[in-house]
Amino acid sequence: MNVLVYMVPIALGLGLIGLFAFLWALRSGQYSDVEGAALRMLSDDDIEH
Amino acid sequence: MAETLDLSLFAKPAGDGTLGIDVAVEGIACGGCIARIEGAMKCLPGVTEARVNFTNRRLHVAWLDGVFKPAQILQTLESIGYRGHPFLPLRAEQEEGAEARRLLRCLAVAGFAAMNVMLLSVSVWSGNVTDITPETRDFFHWASALIALPAAAYAGRPFFESAWRALRARSLNMNVPISLGVILALGMSVVETANHAEHAYYDSAIMLLFFLLTGRTLDHAMRRKTRAVAGNLAALKGENAHRFVGDELVGVPVAALSAGDRVLVRPGERVPADGVVLGGGSEIDESLITGETARRKVAAGATLYAGSMNYFGTLTLKVTAVGGTALIDEIERLLEKAASAKSRAMRLADRAARVYAPVVHATAALTLVGWLLAGASVHDAIVTAIAVLIITCPCALALAIPAVQVVASGALFRSGVILNTGDAIERLAEADTVIFDKTGTLTLPEPRVVNAAAIDPDLLQKASRLALSSRHPLAVALAREAALCSPSDGAVEEPGQGVRAMIDGVEARLGSAEFCGMAEMSAPAPDTSSIVFCYGGRSAMIAISQKLRPDAVEVVRALAGLGLELHILSGDRNDAVVPIAQALGFANWQGELKPADKIATIEALKARGRRVLMVGDGLNDAPALAAAHVSLSPIAAADVTQAQADAVFLGDRLRPVIEAIAIARRARRLMSGNLWLAAIYNAIAVPVAIAGAVTPLIAALAMSGSSVMVTLNALRAYRGEGRRP
Repeated sequence: MNVLVYMVPIALGLGLIGLFAFLWALRSGQYSDVEGAALRMLSDDDIEH
Repeated sequence: MAETLDLSLFAKPAGDGTLGIDVAVEGIACGGCIARIEGAMKCLPGVTEARVNFTNRRLHVAWLDGVFKPAQILQTLESIGYRGHPFLPLRAEQEEGAEARRLLRCLAVAGFAAMNVMLLSVSVWSGNVTDITPETRDFFHWASALIALPAAAYAGRPFFESAWRALRARSLNMNVPISLGVILALGMSVVETANHAEHAYYDSAIMLLFFLLTGRTLDHAMRRKTRAVAGNLAALKGENAHRFVGDELVGVPVAALSAGDRVLVRPGERVPADGVVLGGGSEIDESLITGETARRKVAAGATLYAGSMNYFGTLTLKVTAVGGTALIDEIERLLEKAASAKSRAMRLADRAARVYAPVVHATAALTLVGWLLAGASVHDAIVTAIAVLIITCPCALALAIPAVQVVASGALFRSGVILNTGDAIERLAEADTVIFDKTGTLTLPEPRVVNAAAIDPDLLQKASRLALSSRHPLAVALAREAALCSPSDGAVEEPGQGVRAMIDGVEARLGSAEFCGMAEMSAPAPDTSSIVFCYGGRSAMIAISQKLRPDAVEVVRALAGLGLELHILSGDRNDAVVPIAQALGFANWQGELKPADKIATIEALKARGRRVLMVGDGLNDAPALAAAHVSLSPIAAADVTQAQADAVFLGDRLRPVIEAIAIARRARRLMSGNLWLAAIYNAIAVPVAIAGAVTPLIAALAMSGSSVMVTLNALRAYRGEGRRP
């Protein structure tokens, strides 16, 4: 069962990475216009023709 | 005369040498619009940022100070086919944005903790019935504590703070039992973990927070959405005033006017602010202020109220301080009185909390005493009592009402009703009497052509196209009949008389009878204005008057069918009210009422035990709206009035009124249904808890089960009643 001693912290660490990624996304305003984000994804102006 | 537009009021310096402006944009329909608008803005020199928010239909532009004037942004928008309306972001809206982000952060933390604690808890539950070693179980419990304690301290703050505020004010709300349950569950779990016990309740506490935060976040998101739409509509309504700077005219937003400014009011425009006429003479329509449909003649020295429509002549106005005029002062005095005298109905959730919290706490205390008397150890008695508190923690109860509110306000939103206050739904459902204002509420806010059926359609079409070239209020009313939106070519307006143009080589004239070379004709009815159109040898007299909303008859009949008592209270003359009351079948109506009289009537109805829904739009209705149990106003209403109303409805139809009542009644039934579901859940779970048989597994199942059930039940509010695809 000694495997748990490092598996559980690793699992928690991975979860925390996800949590901080969400908090970062929230802080950088990615949730302020969710409908717009869905549409911007489809426009390809950023590609040079 | 080209007039410059001064929008510097809306441009806010950002501190780094740039200015920022927020614009509500009409016409954003698809993803392509985002790229077009942002592209056009970035072509302007000096623009550092241009960002369209598609969810709110708003544009934010930042540019280097001094490179161009803010009006340039609106012109650029217009040149690519969008109309922009600058606005100042409301303080309340910004605060709500911050609150929404805070709730989302709490929700994320609670979600993270709930997932990880459940991961550990499920292992313990399955281990307890197989072969987990006590050491492993302790390790899992300590790991859970490590996650749950900081997470609850962070994510629980919205509840703890609210509960603390309530306790300090010596009252109880739903957050008190929630906070108590969470804190006790965590505290007991730590003690139990230290004692190497089999059960710990970290998962219950964290899941409770997660479910509740989900409900709150959704509730908040819905309210923010309606608030944003209301903010855009206010920006769309915002008109510009023409202010004299020296001898020059500058267009400024109405919000930038201050007392002492001189402004010009042209025919067909609304008076931008309260003031005194300095020069010019005209007739003005004050129906938005007093409900009176007959126009008032004004000359120098007369007092004008913001929102009146100027009909014939150009007026120069000196703006007086806000308030300071007799009518506005009276309205404000009445508003204060109505607001203080009003015993706001206690919200259903608070009523439930006030009954619920003492019952739960008493039950837990009795359990403790009962087990001690029965000879159990102090430890066991305390554990059982806390288990009662946890299992009764009003997860379902706290979700029961907000969940329905979210879904019902979504349904209302689709029916064109925007809520100002969340608990309006409950009060709408209780209404048993509906009072309508007449002018602008039962009738359309602007006058319309009333004898369209009697006029040759071809002639009416030509007349309405010609009318598109004029700003005169009668011509504007006629222009609403136009099928095409292109005005006749080469139209010439003769101020004060009419417009003329050549159509297919024949002269057409629209205006007064003399202008068309005809004898003066008498208007067909009082309160009706007429305008004459002649084209070649043919001519037509077009009657323009207040017209009922297109579905007023059916809606009034349907409301009566719902068993509601209906009244008309109008500020207009009796002979203008009678025909409307007869056409709609109102038995109870009163005309020539002052704002105070309307309140008196409402108070009399309230004394009879009636719950009054007031529907009104005029400034004179504002105190009555505040005095009524619940209130609605159309979007065209005066600003003060709209601010008083519990909800605002959009469009020309009266139908949203009946839909609002239907949706609210349905929502109210679901709310009480949900409260019953929560009560049944407690009736089953509490005896189990008192008996001391609740394990964390049972608590978790019961809590999630009841929350899901209540939420699913709330979703039924989404189907508005009487809606057909």
